[in-house]
Amino acid sequence: MAGTHVYTDYHPRWLRRHVSTYWWLEKWAYFAFILREATCLFVAWFVAYLLLMIGAVVGGADTYLRFLDWSASPWVLTLNAASFLFMIYHAITFFVAAPQALVVHVGRRPVPAQLVLAGHYLAWAAASALVVWVLTRP
Amino acid sequence: MQDRITLQVARYRPEQESDITFEEHDVPCPKDWVILDGLNHIKDRIDGTLSYRWSCRMGICGSCGMTVNGEPKLTCATFLSDYAPGPVRVEPLRNFPVIRDLIVDIGDFMQKLVRVKPWLVREVEKPLTEGEYLQTPDELDEYKHYSMCINCMLCYAACPIYGLDSKFIGPAAIALAQRYNFDNRDQGSGDRMAVLSEHEGIWGCTFVGECTKVCPKHVDPAGAIQRYKLTAALETMKSFFLPRGA
Repeated sequence: MAGTHVYTDYHPRWLRRHVSTYWWLEKWAYFAFILREATCLFVAWFVAYLLLMIGAVVGGADTYLRFLDWSASPWVLTLNAASFLFMIYHAITFFVAAPQALVVHVGRRPVPAQLVLAGHYLAWAAASALVVWVLTRP
Repeated sequence: MQDRITLQVARYRPEQESDITFEEHDVPCPKDWVILDGLNHIKDRIDGTLSYRWSCRMGICGSCGMTVNGEPKLTCATFLSDYAPGPVRVEPLRNFPVIRDLIVDIGDFMQKLVRVKPWLVREVEKPLTEGEYLQTPDELDEYKHYSMCINCMLCYAACPIYGLDSKFIGPAAIALAQRYNFDNRDQGSGDRMAVLSEHEGIWGCTFVGECTKVCPKHVDPAGAIQRYKLTAALETMKSFFLPRGA
């Protein structure tokens, strides 16, 4: 079976082609998938950033001001901006995939995939509106 | 419309070659010719030693899956004129060992398919005198699109996970397992759960989604796998919170 065998009529030598390390560069769809998987790193960063912020708030006014100064540094701003874009990408790809995994029935009828997708976007919009309201209320 | 197109056909003759080589042939390109017609033309008129599988020529048997310009395709359902002005590169399906030319070994898939019991499992068959198992159109719709799978294995060729880890049970086998799990006449979902919930079962899938895109029958294997992940997770939760199966 292996490529090292000598070929005989009764022992065919199969060709086993190995997947390239760079298989994810062969097609845009594969690259988009890897990009989607990579968004987990930015999710982890936002979680860490949130924990740092909570720690700063708990630490008092001085600690919080130092945290704000650190957050205003160019590399943190750049990282947060990139993370935000990756979060958007993560959410959109998650929503696009959701109707395939989540087949909802009303009675015996399945709800169309477009409605499931729309439901996700509506929930996202509602959650965003709530955050905006909390941040901007007097 | 051009009247001829160049086919670049992969050749692998294990008695004389250690890797794939390509041969170019000019074939006619009428608008109703598919890739398979081009290959048949080469075999009939140019080189009778070219080896490939085909049977029905109508997208039913699933035999003639090949890689066409890098994409897994049924060659009986892929028109030459869509690739004009050419050339069109025809290779064996990816992720499978090549036996000769465009023929791949499908033994791995066949063994995996049997493991998920793709047939109706009944604990006890009711006597024939009680008649057939009745099913409503709604109950049929639950699984019908999964039953369209023709075992062409294009989904395996498109799946990088299967390419990297051949132990992964793969898209079509899971979709066919779901075809029976969603059939209200079936009672074998517990047996299938044991196979599908293994690490190389549903959890091997990272939802690249290419299996669904290349499926010529719109079976949506990626969706079948994600739905099963949800089922398996819920079953695990149930067994955790309701250990006595309440």
